[in-house]
Amino acid sequence: MNDMGTKIRKLGQLSGTSEEVFRPGSVLLATIRRELLLAFRRRSDLVNPLIFFLMVATLFPLGISPEPSVLTLLAPGVVWVAALLATLLSMDSLFRSDFDDGSLEQILLSPQPLFMVVLGKVVAHWIMTGLPLTLMAPLLGIMLFLPAEGMGGLMLSLLLGTPTLSLIGAIGAALTVGLRKGGVLISLLVLPLYIPVLIFGTAAVEASVTGLPVTGHLALLGALLALGFSLAPLAIAAALRISVSG
Amino acid sequence: MSDQLVSENMSEQVSEPLLRVENLFCERDERVLFDELGFTLSAGQILQVEGQNGSGKTTLLRILCGLSRHYEGEIVWRGEPVSQQRERYHRELVYLGHQPGVKAVLTAEENLRWYAALDGSIDDSVISYALMQVGLEGFEDVPCHMLSAGQNRRVGLARLYLSQAPLWILDEPFTAIDKKGVAAQEALLVEHAERGGCVILTTHQELQLTDYLSHINLDRQVGTS
Repeated sequence: MNDMGTKIRKLGQLSGTSEEVFRPGSVLLATIRRELLLAFRRRSDLVNPLIFFLMVATLFPLGISPEPSVLTLLAPGVVWVAALLATLLSMDSLFRSDFDDGSLEQILLSPQPLFMVVLGKVVAHWIMTGLPLTLMAPLLGIMLFLPAEGMGGLMLSLLLGTPTLSLIGAIGAALTVGLRKGGVLISLLVLPLYIPVLIFGTAAVEASVTGLPVTGHLALLGALLALGFSLAPLAIAAALRISVSG
Repeated sequence: MSDQLVSENMSEQVSEPLLRVENLFCERDERVLFDELGFTLSAGQILQVEGQNGSGKTTLLRILCGLSRHYEGEIVWRGEPVSQQRERYHRELVYLGHQPGVKAVLTAEENLRWYAALDGSIDDSVISYALMQVGLEGFEDVPCHMLSAGQNRRVGLARLYLSQAPLWILDEPFTAIDKKGVAAQEALLVEHAERGGCVILTTHQELQLTDYLSHINLDRQVGTS
């Protein structure tokens, strides 16, 4: 600290009691910026889910059959299941480091709405996992002989589905962050909630492969996403308060 | 029995206490940590919570700042229960816990900028001033995992220089801080008290700021149920 002799500069005035500092937008942006910076500094965490995603898709032809007709049939499901598991794999670390170093306590004690901070964290998580998974999906589609007509459906369904996976997974992560070994529990909690997303996601891809209209499936995925966006942050925030107070 | 625990030297100074705690009861693993605990805290007061290891000091501070809700009793801030005005209370509160809340992969400056954003009220330009005050000048761009434990602690303490909140709740703020640093920190606490703030802290250090200091001892509370 300062030398004993040096006088501390005058501290600022204490804030008035009525002063309202409510800027949810700037908190959201600051959170996203911070999370991306953190992820960029720990790049190995960033590529983990992507490598997993790629590995699952590479192993399937080896394990089942390299026959294009078989793989074409399996492709929508395999890509979607791999994306789902890759997201789940990355979920446990979402709040873990914040919990361990005390940042989470500070987030809970900040005057900013927890809803926004939590939403920022989930959006950043999606930018780092869901978005790259979506962008990589056509590559996996080609590896698994997914017909070209199915690519659009695959990308769109993942684009709408993976944010929902992040939002739901974050609820599980928030509930288990106080436990030493939360990894298994997270899967048990979250997998049942992932099932509707998986069903409509693969249905959208299959519909686009066979030339049937996809809009219905995509609309349902969009509805799930809208529901998740408005309700999941509330659940995550409440779960975090419980986890930290324990 | 509650109010006598706080030494009387400050009682006549300010009329309306900022923080009032009544009948606080907390039990952990079927062990009563404190029961019928009560005290008041007025502007310009520094309250040192004393007690043995495991006597519930950290638990008390976590309850006071609203992190833990495993308690019974009433915590009143500016005449209104804390549970009914969480956002306002948190706006007027700085809590430094056991963990400094410093991200190891971020630099000191990036850490503080995040807290500035969380606080919403802090001007970005004071960050370098705060880092200078805690003796981290020249370390702004070093990731915190390269800094020592004491320096990490100082990154956390720098938030006090940024804060305009009247209530500071500090859990062992002097851990790993050297002698000179502790003296500067005590000077900061005094200045905070003089501008009308109040502080609740735990520490095993002997504090020099006797003019402002009152004590509460949790040892006496053990087993009073």
